[in-house]
Parts: sequence; C-alpha cells; structure tokens
Amino acid sequence: MSADLTELYQQVILDHNRRPRNRGKLPTANRVAHGDNPSCGDQCSVFLRLDPGAPGQPDRIAEISFDGSGCAISQASASLMTTQLKGKTTAEAEKLYNEFHAIVTSGHAPEEISDLAAFAGVHAFPARIKCATLGWHAALNALKNDAAPATTESHTD
Amino acid sequence: MSDLWKNVRVDFPILHQQVNGKPLVYLDNGATSQKPRAVIDALVRYYERDNSNVHRGLHALSMRATDAYEGARARVARFINAADPAEIIFTRGTTDSINLVARSWGHAHLKPGDVVLTTEIEHHSNLVPWQQAARASGATLKCVPVLGADAEGGLDLAALDQLLTPQVKLFAFTHISNTLGTINPVAEFCRRARAVGAVTVIDAAQSVGHAPFDVQALGADFVAFSGHKMCGPTGIGVLYGRRALLDQLAPDETGGGMVVNVTYEAATWKPAPERFEAGTPNVADAIALGVACDYLDALSRDQIAAHDAALAQLAMEKLSLLPGIRIIGPRAGAARSGLVSFAFEGVHAHDVVTFADEDGVALRGGHHCNQPLMRKLGLTSTTRASFYVYNTPEEIDALVASLRKILEFFGVA
Ligand SMILES: Cc1ncc(COP(=O)(O)O)c(C=O)c1O
Repeated sequence: MSADLTELYQQVILDHNRRPRNRGKLPTANRVAHGDNPSCGDQCSVFLRLDPGAPGQPDRIAEISFDGSGCAISQASASLMTTQLKGKTTAEAEKLYNEFHAIVTSGHAPEEISDLAAFAGVHAFPARIKCATLGWHAALNALKNDAAPATTESHTD
Repeated sequence: MSDLWKNVRVDFPILHQQVNGKPLVYLDNGATSQKPRAVIDALVRYYERDNSNVHRGLHALSMRATDAYEGARARVARFINAADPAEIIFTRGTTDSINLVARSWGHAHLKPGDVVLTTEIEHHSNLVPWQQAARASGATLKCVPVLGADAEGGLDLAALDQLLTPQVKLFAFTHISNTLGTINPVAEFCRRARAVGAVTVIDAAQSVGHAPFDVQALGADFVAFSGHKMCGPTGIGVLYGRRALLDQLAPDETGGGMVVNVTYEAATWKPAPERFEAGTPNVADAIALGVACDYLDALSRDQIAAHDAALAQLAMEKLSLLPGIRIIGPRAGAARSGLVSFAFEGVHAHDVVTFADEDGVALRGGHHCNQPLMRKLGLTSTTRASFYVYNTPEEIDALVASLRKILEFFGVA
C-alpha cells in the first residue's frame, strides 16, 4: 500500500468507520440537519440538543449524534466529529470546523489538535475532501437552525 | 474470448501509461471511452489545415470545412442506417439531444391528460427532462418498473402493456442501462409504442458505439447519443429524428445559421438539420466523430459487442467468487452489455474506487446518475467496471486482485 493511502486510511479512521460513535437518531434532539453529497450519494443527518447556557452565556451542544451512509472517510469523520463537538458552543464548533478544514486541505495539523489530525491524509485525495466535510456541514447547519439540507456542492471545498 | 484487443491497444495512446506506478487498467468506459490515434489526428489535422466557419464562407478553407462537416453528418447517418443525413442533428451530447426533444416536441405536443412514459432504469438525463416537460405541459410522467431485488429481471413487460395506453404520447427508454448492463428489447418497445401512436425516444448513449444499431430496422422516432462514449471527442453528440417528425418541429434555439429570411419583426426557419443547429456548430468534433464511426465500423460492431459481452461474463464469473459481493443487473449467463455493477457488504464504493486507483485500475463508484434506481434497490452507490474493445481478460484479473486486497484491508475477507 502506498504511503498516501496509508495516510488516508489511518487506524483512527478505520476504527471510527467500523465502530461509529454516537450513531443513530437522538430522541431528545432540538436541532436536526441533513447533508447530501450529490456527486456520490453520501448522506449524513446530524441530530443535536442545544442547551441554553447560564444567563449571558452561549448555548452549548449537550448531546449530538449522526446517521447516514457513505464511505469510510465520511462515516469516520462524522463519528469523530460528534466526539469533538459535544459540550461546544456554536462559535467553538465553527472554530473547530475551520481548523478541520485547514487540516484536510493542507495536510498540516497544529500540534495541539490530536484526533482530527488523522484526516490530514485526505489532502492528497482532493476528490475525498467533500467526504470528510459532509458531516460538519450538516452539523453547522443544525447549529444555525438552517432547515435547508447541506450540500457539499454549495461549498467551495 | 476474441483477441480483438491485441491489435487495437496500439491505437490508443492513453492506454500506454502508468498510474500510481502500475499499468493503467481503464475500466470506466461507461463514463467515457478513450480515443484512438485516428480521432486525435483528425482534430489536429482540422485545426492545422481546414479550420474555418461552415456554411457561410466562399473561400477554400470554408468550403473544405463545410464538406468535412457535412461529410461527417452523412457518415453518422450511415453509422446508424438513417435514411437521410438531414435526420442527423449535431448536439453537445445525449443530454443535450434529449433536452432538445423534450423542449421542442414536448412544448408542441404535450397537454394535460397526456402521459409521458419512461422507465425506472433511466439515466437522470432521460428522466429529468421528461419530468420538466410533464410539469410544463400538465402531462403525467410514468415509469415502467424494473423486476427483481437486484433488478435482474429487466423491465416488466406485462406492466409495460398496462402502461402503454393511448394516453401515452411519448415513450423514452434506454437501449442499455449504464448502471445495470441490461439490454432492453428496443425494437419491441418501438413496435408496442407505435401500436398506441406514441413517439419513441431511445437513449443510445451506451449502445451505438458498442453494438450494431439500425434506426430503420428499430423503427425509432428519436435517438440520442454522445460522441465521447464511442471513441469520439467530448462536446459532440447526435439527435437522430425521423424526417417526417423533424419537418413538423419548431426549433428549440434560434439565431444565425438556422434561418432563411429575417426581418426586424420575424424570421423563417431552414429545414432540418440546420433548423436545430443555431450558431456556429462544433465543426472539429463532428468531423472527428465521423472518424470514430470509421474506426468502429472497421473493427465491426458485431465483434465489439461480442468482445464486451465476453469480458462481462468473465468478470461476472470471477467477481461472484468474492466474499460479500452483490452484483446487480442480469444474472450470470443472461444477456448483459459490457459492464458489471456491484456492491460489497461493509466496504463503500468510494473506498473501493480509491483503493483500486492505487493499483492503476480506473473504476466508477457512486449512483451512476441513477438515484431513484439505487434507492429502489436499497443501495446508495455501487462500483462499476465497464469494458470496451481494448480491454483484456488480464485486466479483469488485475481488477479482481485489487478488489481482494481491498476486502482484506477492511477485514471483510
Ligand atoms: C445511458 C446514458 N444516458 C445518458 C448519458 C448522458 O450522456 P452525456 O453526459 O454525454 O450527455 C449517459 C452517460 O453518462 C448514459 O450512460
């Protein structure tokens, strides 16, 4: 197997693909958004419960799950994302997405970022960037309470 | 298995390269075919010697370009045995051709209460334009169902009988399914449609370059196909229309080249084919498409069809031994065109295609522009290997070996 392919299919990714975390509908969700990748048919729904913060404090993601079907990269990315977003505010989630996006497009991960760095190998496969970001697009839409399905085609990545 | 490929591989410059350090195994012919040297040379020759606008100039180059362009039209007419070159309209491709019929013919003939019939196995380009035409006219769109959990039974002919009522004004169907490899009995479809007075549209994108095709023997009204899937260039395609129908049809696009007399207020149209070719046509690619017709007929499409089918049967045999594989479309031994579409339990098509690419094997993974069919089969995507005249039995071994590695990596085998 080539170095690029080994980089792409890291153990973390294979593990999340095989044993997805937080998979399935969330009965207590108060936000839902759906993501589609029309070029390959991958789908991802993200369910989350946003709890109001203390007075003057922003809302936080109390619980989050995803459901859908797609390749190992898209499924592992959505699974890992749910583990990273729990407890975050919308602003924190957006910041994390920006960091994740930088990782998958540049191949470089800042040192303090651990698990998401597993997706650095995606940058060598530009066609797969959309797979890696599908769940994130759905999650950000859910946070914005945007009912329109997220589609990877409306994003420049 | 014929050894047709032994002589033709040298004709295709692109095949002789390494991809990711391995010899290229190009098995994505359903998406687009590769081009023989003769077609590439025709493009270069045209731009180096003859390039000029057609039908307008009186100088030498323009006359040469016009002759070559009209020669290509006559060549394509012979390729599908059209009665008259005027029945050949050059378009951008299958999608463009179908849209032309859907808009021009649909606008003129469809009304509320009418039915447009298509099938459950159409490419989006032979479904969505009919959805639009039905919506615009108030007609109803219906689909002939496909039989079997793996769509192995082909289209339901009993249901077709029920559906083909006198309300059906147009029946649009594919000759060969790009997703399943199913070969539809198109002559029979044309006959049954004619019996109720319905106009027929055949999507021949996957068939004209792969098997003999005779519009008169089929009794087809409209036929659409793309140059790029039959050894020709991208950006050029054909709409065949029966002369009697074309003569009654209003143009879809208007402008230069398609008019006879223009005043500030109004214009009159030339007859077909010019009526449907507004603006400067794609001269170079049309000429090269004519050369692609020469190339394919020199090989004989009977032989190409036999070669494609033999490769598909061999692939079926070898692929069916892989653990957890689900092959969709006709069962082993049943008639099938030169492609095989499959899915694995536990490994997504996207991952399969990325891994195969590492071994130089070019496959297609996804919904193949066939989302409703995928949904019906309970799939989101499949991997497809599609063959052409230059593919070899050894390439099928390379495919299977690559797939075995993938299954091992994902712990499925
Ligand atoms: C059966 C079928 N119909 C239509 C098309 C559309 O052809 P094009 O994209 O060249 O217009 C294709 C090609 O993908 C096809 O396989």
